[in-house]
Amino acid sequence: MNDTFQNTAAKRPLVSLRDAAPWLVATGFLLVMPFIFTANSTITIMNQMAITIIFALAYNMLLGQGGMLSFGHAVYMGVGGFMCMHILNMVEDYSLPLPLPLLPIFGGLFGMGLATIVGAFSTRKAGTVFAMISLGVGELIAACSIIIVAFFGGEEGIPGDRTYGLPFFGNEFLHPIDVYYLIVFWLILSALLMYLFSRTPVGRMANAVRDNPERAEFLGYSARKVRFISFTASGFFAGVAGGLFAINYEILTEENLSLILSGQILLITFLGGVGFFFGPIIGAIVFTLLQTVLSLETELWQLYVGALFVATVMYFPGGLAGVLMMHYPSVKLGKVKSLVVPYLKTLVPAIIGLLGTAGFIEIMFHGRHAAVGDEQMTLFWISLNSHSALPIVVTLVLAVGGIWVARRFAPEMAEAWHRSITPNAPPPPAQPPSTRDAA
Amino acid sequence: MDLFLVNLIDGLVYGLLLFMLSAGLTLIFSMMGVLNFAHASFYMLGAYFAYQISTYLGFWTGLLIAPLIVGVAGAGIERYGLRRVHQFGHVPELIFTFGLALLIEEVVQFFWGKSQKAYDTPEILQFALFSIGNNSIAAYKVFMIFVSIAIFLALLYVLTRTRVGMIIQAALSYPKTVEALGHNVPMVFMGVFGVGTALAGVAGVIAGPVLGTFPGMAFVLGSIVFVTIVIGGLGSLWGALLASLLIGWMTTFAAASSFQFADILLFLGMERPADMAASKLRDLWTLTMPQIGPILPYMLMVFILVVRPHGLMGKRGL
Repeated sequence: MNDTFQNTAAKRPLVSLRDAAPWLVATGFLLVMPFIFTANSTITIMNQMAITIIFALAYNMLLGQGGMLSFGHAVYMGVGGFMCMHILNMVEDYSLPLPLPLLPIFGGLFGMGLATIVGAFSTRKAGTVFAMISLGVGELIAACSIIIVAFFGGEEGIPGDRTYGLPFFGNEFLHPIDVYYLIVFWLILSALLMYLFSRTPVGRMANAVRDNPERAEFLGYSARKVRFISFTASGFFAGVAGGLFAINYEILTEENLSLILSGQILLITFLGGVGFFFGPIIGAIVFTLLQTVLSLETELWQLYVGALFVATVMYFPGGLAGVLMMHYPSVKLGKVKSLVVPYLKTLVPAIIGLLGTAGFIEIMFHGRHAAVGDEQMTLFWISLNSHSALPIVVTLVLAVGGIWVARRFAPEMAEAWHRSITPNAPPPPAQPPSTRDAA
Repeated sequence: MDLFLVNLIDGLVYGLLLFMLSAGLTLIFSMMGVLNFAHASFYMLGAYFAYQISTYLGFWTGLLIAPLIVGVAGAGIERYGLRRVHQFGHVPELIFTFGLALLIEEVVQFFWGKSQKAYDTPEILQFALFSIGNNSIAAYKVFMIFVSIAIFLALLYVLTRTRVGMIIQAALSYPKTVEALGHNVPMVFMGVFGVGTALAGVAGVIAGPVLGTFPGMAFVLGSIVFVTIVIGGLGSLWGALLASLLIGWMTTFAAASSFQFADILLFLGMERPADMAASKLRDLWTLTMPQIGPILPYMLMVFILVVRPHGLMGKRGL
């Protein structure tokens, strides 16, 4: 579980251009995005993505960096969001001098406050105990949201209006685009702070406690205290995400506390990759895209996302970021080109096979669940009859054939990858078997 | 008094149902050290398989065959899924079973749709066996009680009195030594996983007609089952039984109680506010026992984990 950027050089300036470059590029990219995608719907998606990124990064402070698996992290985001909503309404009622862009700080503080209370007893151990306590606390607070109507608003939730606050340099945050820049500001700030946190001694100790708590204790560190600090910090940033959620959607309901959301953030973080700082960012982007784009195309998107998740856990425990970083040595050795042909040979049939499988599933689903008499369906822009044999046979042939071809070429692909990460590899026949087992 | 007895029986039925799920789960946990998040999903699969079989062959065939299918499916998942993930550690295992739970729910929706299925109790058992006061007790409830007790006794017998049970118990504590003695420990693990999921399947078959057969049924019961085995103490069959009955009675009595928190407030000398909507404490005034019944097990679990991490009857901590 290495991090992306390693400080190997002995004497260097505090911030080198190489360290700052990804951040500058990301900032520039985020600032330019609204000029490329101008539609309001796209900006809404980007807002959602940015909030999810902050939440996922906060979650990964626990899962990836601290080794704590939480099944109730939505609670901290939700409570932060609810507090922000109440403060927003107070600003409106009593005309308090609080500019809207500062609101997420309060979300963060209340998220951290709750995390301090829960963390006081839940961080004693990591692993299963922590997971179970987080599940119990998550269920408790989610259930309270229906009982304590004064704070959580019951089933209707707590609505608010961001435009009634104090104008910020004349900006009333009427349009999604204004909110976008507010969210982007907080995204960059929180991501940077979370990254810097992982560089601090306490962030490093979190990694040590994750890998070997006993040894860390022998070195004189309290594993519990280290976990507690990670946990409260994670609660803070989850609360910030909640505050941004309140500003963006102007309503919080019991759904914001539910276990479904807690499970979703686990899925997002793991899909992106817990081993690298940028993993959850990839996960949040991919998941939000899947959620918005795929759900328009098919009713079964959750089935595909679930299958993708299980496949990731089984075959790529490093997630998408792990798969990307597997190729870092090949890039460094300048051998990426040798990968193109073997990858195409395997991945193109694999994609065809997967699309065929998806097509078969879609036809079966339509055949089973469509209204009686409705036999026409559209699959990949082709209109077909879901009750006739031809499309079923075609998709089955594609599925089986594609996957069969892909499996045939898979060893070749693995071989090519091993060669690409080995410096000056001899030709395949002369290769000793031990180098192949290295990865 | 009549109502008390009725609640006692209802709580017993619910508790024993929980026990059938938690017995398998706690065995699986103490073997492999992984909490199977998808355990309640196997319970759901049991109900759906039995429903599908009962439409062709009747309830009783379903009761026999559906758990077998679920057990085979569970063993297959252990062999080809969990064993693979095992090498990455416990947290990925937990995440794997979590993903499996999501996937099974989606697969069930794919095959059977989102609405509740008309899976019903068999006609033979659709009569009132006896009545307490004016409340009649359905024969099916008594049947559920007997099935659960029979399974508990069978499990207890196999685990403590047979050779297979000895090997399983030995493999729980010293897997390496048992392997060195020539027993196929991975095979034992797979068998235990299969039997555990089959037990969940049985629970699904007999609970499906009562609690409803719908895609959310695993989610409803799933986290309660964890709570049960954590409270009871992981790996302890007696602890699982005790905790199941405790939770069963606790939730049933809470749901039936007419206790209101307003009574406490009145007792403390506070006056009922005239305008409820303006009161800061309106939620306390309207709070009733049935409302907080469902969260009582979670409160108990958090309390137990803080005070006594190895549960009521467990021998070791988590």
